[in-house]
Amino acid sequence: MPDIRIVVCMKVTPKPEEVGVDYSTNLLDRANARSEINPPDMNALELALSLKDIHGGRVDILSMGPPFFEPFLRVGLAMGAERIFLLSDPAFGGADTLATTYTLARGIDHIGGVDLVLCGEESSDGATGQVPPGLAEWLSWNQITLVDRIVLDKDKHLINGRREVPGGVEVLQTSLPAVVSVKTASNEPRFMNYRIKERVFSEDLVTIWGESDIEVEKTMIGLTGSPTMVSGLAQAPSRERRQEYLTGTVEQITQGLVALLNELV
Amino acid sequence: MVASLYSKESEKKDICIFLEHRGAGLAPVSLELLSKGRELASHAGWTLTGLLLGYQVAGAASEAFDYGADRVILIDNPKLELFTVDAYTHVAYQIIDVYRPGIFLLGATMDGRDLAGRLAVRLRTGLNADCTGLQLDVEEGRLVCEVSGFGGGILALIEMEKHRPQMATVRPGVFLPSKMSAVKSGQLIRPEIEIPDEIIRTRVVERVIGEGVDLTQAPVLVAGGRGVEGNFEMLNDLAQLLDGDYGATRPPVDDGFVERERQIGQTGVVCRPNLVIVCGISGAFHFVVGIQEAETIIAINSDRDAPIFEYADYCIVGDVHEIIPLLIKALREDRVAERPA
Ligand SMILES: Cc1cc2nc3c(=O)[nH]c(=O)nc-3n(C[C@H](O)[C@H](O)[C@H](O)COP(=O)(O)OP(=O)(O)OC[C@H]3O[C@@H](n4cnc5c(N)ncnc54)[C@H](O)[C@@H]3O)c2cc1C
Ligand SMILES: Cc1cc2nc3c(=O)[nH]c(=O)nc-3n(C[C@H](O)[C@H](O)[C@H](O)COP(=O)(O)OP(=O)(O)OC[C@H]3O[C@@H](n4cnc5c(N)ncnc54)[C@H](O)[C@@H]3O)c2cc1C
Repeated sequence: MPDIRIVVCMKVTPKPEEVGVDYSTNLLDRANARSEINPPDMNALELALSLKDIHGGRVDILSMGPPFFEPFLRVGLAMGAERIFLLSDPAFGGADTLATTYTLARGIDHIGGVDLVLCGEESSDGATGQVPPGLAEWLSWNQITLVDRIVLDKDKHLINGRREVPGGVEVLQTSLPAVVSVKTASNEPRFMNYRIKERVFSEDLVTIWGESDIEVEKTMIGLTGSPTMVSGLAQAPSRERRQEYLTGTVEQITQGLVALLNELV
Repeated sequence: MVASLYSKESEKKDICIFLEHRGAGLAPVSLELLSKGRELASHAGWTLTGLLLGYQVAGAASEAFDYGADRVILIDNPKLELFTVDAYTHVAYQIIDVYRPGIFLLGATMDGRDLAGRLAVRLRTGLNADCTGLQLDVEEGRLVCEVSGFGGGILALIEMEKHRPQMATVRPGVFLPSKMSAVKSGQLIRPEIEIPDEIIRTRVVERVIGEGVDLTQAPVLVAGGRGVEGNFEMLNDLAQLLDGDYGATRPPVDDGFVERERQIGQTGVVCRPNLVIVCGISGAFHFVVGIQEAETIIAINSDRDAPIFEYADYCIVGDVHEIIPLLIKALREDRVAERPA
């Protein structure tokens, strides 16, 4: 059986707690926010690399985003990914999940020969979790979401994905090719491998594709290809809380709590 | 721009709700969506339809009428007994193509999200995720969705101009279920839809399901963090005395002290209890989004400077291992004293 080829979809996100709203423009203000690889995508990469450790094969990274994503994604190279494919073009900008999944799907077609696409559970910015199923649909591939473990049967070209469901666990089986999303925190992402650390700086391990490099319809990408539009933006109101301290001895605090609970419950 | 399967011009003034069933009845999130859908539909003069897929689930249709549906479209088929995204997308797509609702709403559950993400692409329409509020602009027939991003810190309003149906998912617990006051009946429609075997490409090879936990329905929650040091039995005792349930932050879940279903927060469940007692939890942003809509928050933490106190109505600086056992004892004594002889 030929080795399997895995692509991990990764995105770079601002640290959520550092993002605000610029009320003069009504746009998101990310100026003071530091970026990082979307943490759940590290779990997807780790799962891909652990499959490669067992079965061999190849793991690549696919991302759609502005050029500044590149240095962040390069960490993946030192963890063991072969190559980064970055879909980067102003025309891809402003995409909602319909346009994002369409563009990523064309990227996967363009890479070619992919057996398994792994995604994170959700991003820490948009946090829709809609990209994995949407991507599977554009590709007409099977999907399993929120898995914490994958067992690959290379000969039969099948995977078993284990996932927690309300009240228990289930194992779903599907044939490859497939799109799988990986449960956040389901594994411990490995550190950079010092022996291949210099790969981070290697020029020729990153491929950047623009609109004209992959076969996309102009009407289906970026803002133009996005049915949803943002009509308003606001900082979430934080509720005023009383912040009343119960003080005294432990016994007094307990009596205070009992009185409070009798009133509230 | 890519056109959706049908346009605004050919939509029906109808709100369609994807109904999930649990045991004999409908899932709480479906009742919540029906109630919200009823409110929007009545206000705008639209109709409300439930879409019910499954096997031997006809009984659940009457419950949909109780919660305001004008009609229920039921597809009862053994191939729909277990949820598979392939079969459900296939059927939902065909129904939507025929009935052309202006709006299609789903619960943001595991199955609801799987289906919504796939179906929206097949319909070539937009999908608003995890909405925390819905409004219907009657003039324009436009659904205005409030969503939150960046871990709950930012609210955005999202709408669609031309694409139909306007799809959205809503997390459990966001809307309140409300049963119709008068007995209401509705129309039950049972279209025939063929489900070829070969379209179902995933197979359940193993499933172990015990009793599910649903923290979104608990009126009182006792939440424990790393500071509880794994003693969730103590928290459960307290929760039982208050007719509530217990939950946790991520660390105790990762450490195996608590099931993952009990994790509260951004990557867990978002709860809106009347009361939450937060024990040994620092108050990380990722956690707080899961409880910030609670009516009242009581926090117990040994660190006077813990951020959780900024989010609390009542603050107690102290050791949970000392206070909670005393509290349990006092509540028990209180109950005994109250019990009529
Ligand atoms: C506050 C806010 C709310 C939003 N709400 C909506 C909405 O309701 N509907 C909508 O259609 N759009 C919405 N968007 C836009 C949406 O965030 C973008 O379309 C985004 O490109 C993809 O969605 P996501 O970030 O939600 O990804 P998710 O579906 O949450 O991401 C899941 C996984 O998909 C992969 N992935 C996602 N994006 C990329 C990428 N660019 N490159 C490579 N892999 C990727 C990653 O593995 C990721 O872990 C919203 C954006 C913001 C900021
Ligand atoms: C992408 C992402 C998603 C995440 N999603 C979630 C999520 O959904 N839910 C979630 O909870 N976390 C989530 N986290 C983790 C989150 O950031 C925090 O790390 C976590 O919430 C901290 O849990 P904690 O408060 O229990 O532990 P800690 O931060 O370690 O706090 C323990 C607290 O207990 C107090 N304490 C110790 N001993 C006692 C005692 N005897 N009596 C009283 N108080 C005591 C301490 O003073 C301290 O404040 C996520 C993180 C990431 C990166």
